[in-house]
Amino acid sequence: MDTETIFLIIMAVLGGISMFFMLIGVIGLHRFPDVYTRLHAATKATTFGSIFLILVVITYGIFKLTEGNGETSGAFMHLIGMSIVALLALLITNPTGAHAIARAARRSGVKPEQAVVDEFEEVD
Amino acid sequence: MLTFFMTFIGVLILYLLMVLGSGNGETMGYLFHWQELVAGVILSLIAAAITRAMFGKAVNNKLFFRFPLFLAYIPVWFLYLTKANIEVAIMVITGNIRPGIVKINPGLKTNLGKTILANSITLTPGTLTVDLSENSDDMYIHWINVKETKTMDEKIKGVCGPFAKWARRLAE
Repeated sequence: MDTETIFLIIMAVLGGISMFFMLIGVIGLHRFPDVYTRLHAATKATTFGSIFLILVVITYGIFKLTEGNGETSGAFMHLIGMSIVALLALLITNPTGAHAIARAARRSGVKPEQAVVDEFEEVD
Repeated sequence: MLTFFMTFIGVLILYLLMVLGSGNGETMGYLFHWQELVAGVILSLIAAAITRAMFGKAVNNKLFFRFPLFLAYIPVWFLYLTKANIEVAIMVITGNIRPGIVKINPGLKTNLGKTILANSITLTPGTLTVDLSENSDDMYIHWINVKETKTMDEKIKGVCGPFAKWARRLAE
């Protein structure tokens, strides 16, 4: 196998994992009963999917760099750097956004459905 | 002064990541253009001067020397993220859930520690932070698969896994 095939297989596997978890997130949004459980599907599955999607982009950038075309290597380094910054921003904002939605929902009185315990009390 | 320096370094690293590959193939290859480096240092100094007061509240000097621990934290965190995602995938497919909101007190004092713990467990084993109490250190957590627990320690262990210990190690 040449280098191109190996890189293509790695990218296909990473992309497959990413697409599977994105799909799980979408199905979860439809199947779960209330806003809190839906947030579980929306935050965890899509964050994991996005990490692998960005890994695909980084792998592609490294593949193009190993081809060693001097003129275009700057553009692919730029691609890798930007992807890492996007990943960092995503990892910080995704749980924070979910937390904000859940807090707003609970404070405006949305009760968790099918709940076995609810120890929430009003705090200021 | 250390806060200023740390903010400066952080902003500079972000800036350098964003201009990676700007070179013209002369002094530093295609990695960086020297003009970008000069602009980066100047902009980072300005940004650090403005945001120093904001980060100074969250960060203390002790934390600076614990930075290598973050690198050890990443594999642990990623392992639990993978586990949580497989659990959520199984729950989505089978539809077996037992949700509920529980109250825990992990005993973290600093804001940074609470932030690390809340964000980590939102992304990991079946938990989602709903609210923090500002007077006490209580956290209200939506747990998608509530297990029967008797004591607070068991509950903390069930909700946070190893993350309460890690948050304490990283930020307190």
